[in-house]
Amino acid sequence: MASRIRARQPVEVTGGPRPPDPAGTGIGRLESTFARLRRQGKKALITYVTAGDPSGEATVSAGVAMAGAGADVVEIGIPFSDPLADGPTIQQASRRALAAGTTPARVLEWVVRLRGLTPIPLVLLSYVNPLLQYGPERFCRDAARAGADGLIVPDLPLEEADLLGPAAETAGLAMVPLVAPTTPPGRLAAICGRARGFVYAVSLVGVTGARENLSQRLAPLVAAVRAVTSLPVAAGFGIATPEQARQAARQADGVVVGSALVSLAARGGGPEAVAARVAGLVAELRRALDGPGEPETPVTRGVGAAPAE
Amino acid sequence: MATDRARPAAGPDRAGRFGPYGGRYVPETVMPALLELEAAYRAARADRGFRAELRRLLREVVGRPSPLTAAPRLARAAGGGHLKLYLKREDLNHTGAHKINNTLGQALLAARMKKRRLVAETGAGQHGVAAATAAALFGLECVVYMGEEDIARQALNVVRMELLGAEVRPVSSGTRTLKDATSEAIRDWVTNVETTHYIIGSVVGPHPYPMLVRDFQAIIGREVRAQLRAAEGRGPDWLVACVGGGSNAIGLFFPFLRDPAVRLVGVEAGGAGLDTGRHAATLTAGRPGVLHGALSYLLQDGEGQVRPAHSVSAGLDYPGVGPEHSWLKDTGRAEYVSVSDHDALRGAELLARAEGIIPALEPAHAVAYLPEVARRARPGDVVVLCLSGRGDKDVETIARWGRGAAAGAVAGGTGRGE
Repeated sequence: MASRIRARQPVEVTGGPRPPDPAGTGIGRLESTFARLRRQGKKALITYVTAGDPSGEATVSAGVAMAGAGADVVEIGIPFSDPLADGPTIQQASRRALAAGTTPARVLEWVVRLRGLTPIPLVLLSYVNPLLQYGPERFCRDAARAGADGLIVPDLPLEEADLLGPAAETAGLAMVPLVAPTTPPGRLAAICGRARGFVYAVSLVGVTGARENLSQRLAPLVAAVRAVTSLPVAAGFGIATPEQARQAARQADGVVVGSALVSLAARGGGPEAVAARVAGLVAELRRALDGPGEPETPVTRGVGAAPAE
Repeated sequence: MATDRARPAAGPDRAGRFGPYGGRYVPETVMPALLELEAAYRAARADRGFRAELRRLLREVVGRPSPLTAAPRLARAAGGGHLKLYLKREDLNHTGAHKINNTLGQALLAARMKKRRLVAETGAGQHGVAAATAAALFGLECVVYMGEEDIARQALNVVRMELLGAEVRPVSSGTRTLKDATSEAIRDWVTNVETTHYIIGSVVGPHPYPMLVRDFQAIIGREVRAQLRAAEGRGPDWLVACVGGGSNAIGLFFPFLRDPAVRLVGVEAGGAGLDTGRHAATLTAGRPGVLHGALSYLLQDGEGQVRPAHSVSAGLDYPGVGPEHSWLKDTGRAEYVSVSDHDALRGAELLARAEGIIPALEPAHAVAYLPEVARRARPGDVVVLCLSGRGDKDVETIARWGRGAAAGAVAGGTGRGE
């Protein structure tokens, strides 16, 4: 099989070899970021952007804006024609990005640019087929060279993890697995045993997208994950508002906000207008995560009690 | 020949692999449900009560065994007067296609697993009708996702599904055909997995579906074996079936996989012609990739984005194919060819005039390949063609084509004709 599946367009990413400091790149960068946040008593804010929606320029400026407004990790989605785990918002973003000619190779070029503009961890999200066609080993190597630190593949469960896990490990990329409310305990332990960087807890039973309320399934899931691993746990899916982020962060070490930010990007305007809107929501989310009202949170940022909307 | 019975020939292995193909590329949310389904299926398959109940349903509801009809006039019309041609009449099943073999099996399994709701995708509507029928029979709720383009070209089946109590949800995303209907059905399943069984319609999707659907469809080939023994005192030389996802083909082929003397031919939808890019000939013109949970041949671009398929037949209009077919192709056990829209329509006409049977446009592709089989076969060869469904749903499409052809509006097919 491996001989049949070859990348059609090998890409030389101009990022050069990775710096030698293991704590400063890849898995190390994610680990040190979560460790620092834990020391500070803070929660990780992980923000998502669909790469190339509607342009690479917009993606880079959105990433910079997110980092500047208080995101701790930026998740960059490589668009796919058939995103099975995504609701309408990210489906439409993927379609716009593909219509604009986005390819995995171009996304890695934008990662190179973003890496030059911010030191925070960058995690790539892709469905399996674009990576398979690029070539798993080559993709992981190129992604690490470009400056990415982790990889999330929503249609690659434990049973298929060998397709990318070893290649990611060799390249120093953290392979971040997803766990769901439907995952039974024994399986949870097996998944978390292979996790690097952090564990992504899917807060609800369903696909991505904003919901009215935070799912009741999150709290028991996070507790179950904590029982089997000491890795940080980030909650995602259905977390759209600052209030939902604040609630989710009571359980988890971090929150992932995706569709809410993507729908801001969809409202049009140039890269700067998009970046300004995105920065606004990210800043609100940051305040909600850092604000008072959490008895176990010793550190506040002094931004006061900005009301979450 | 016929030294071994219908024993599983090759796979899948425990990881759901046929050679390198298959697997389970799905979100974690449904992974536990796939493991549960596999365990439930293996238990059911070993349960004499389950097997007896399924046999009863196939007999009393479907009307099995379906006839094996000798078709000498069609053979002659296709230039195969030297052949012994038979049609396996899945078109005579209740609901008009082979799809019901699978949906009754899966609905029985779903009821055993205490699921209250079925979700299905459909292209031509044949699987949707079969799923709605099974749901009605078992008192289950049923939601069918169908692309808007298919709703337009298969309007009759939409009415049938609704009459049977199913809810038909139009899919307006992407290609507005079977591919995106399948994606939406999977998303529904991801959301409702705790109460819902995903009743997939072909030998595609994540393990265990390709195995499970194949096993439910293998009744086709097992009956052919017995019927030919009675009619000819021997087995077939050629088996011919159309391939979209490939469920009627694998159902026919599977019991014969271990008989190397039996030639297996799958006929894909060549659409407007392979050189136009507007086709659904996945095995002929695709390369391996992952769609809808399995690694298999796939129509895709160089970046791994799935390309839209095209076929005049809604049931073949799909850019993927079952993983077992990919393995049969790579190992050379089966061969896969393609027939254009134009030739398939001619094939439907040929069968209607020669034997008085109006086929669905899906098996009309297999009919259209008969002249080529006739050219290649030896005198006296026994050929069985799976007539997977009847053509009522397609008469409007055929009529439109006839008017277009009269007006010279339909581009001529590039494939083989009579």
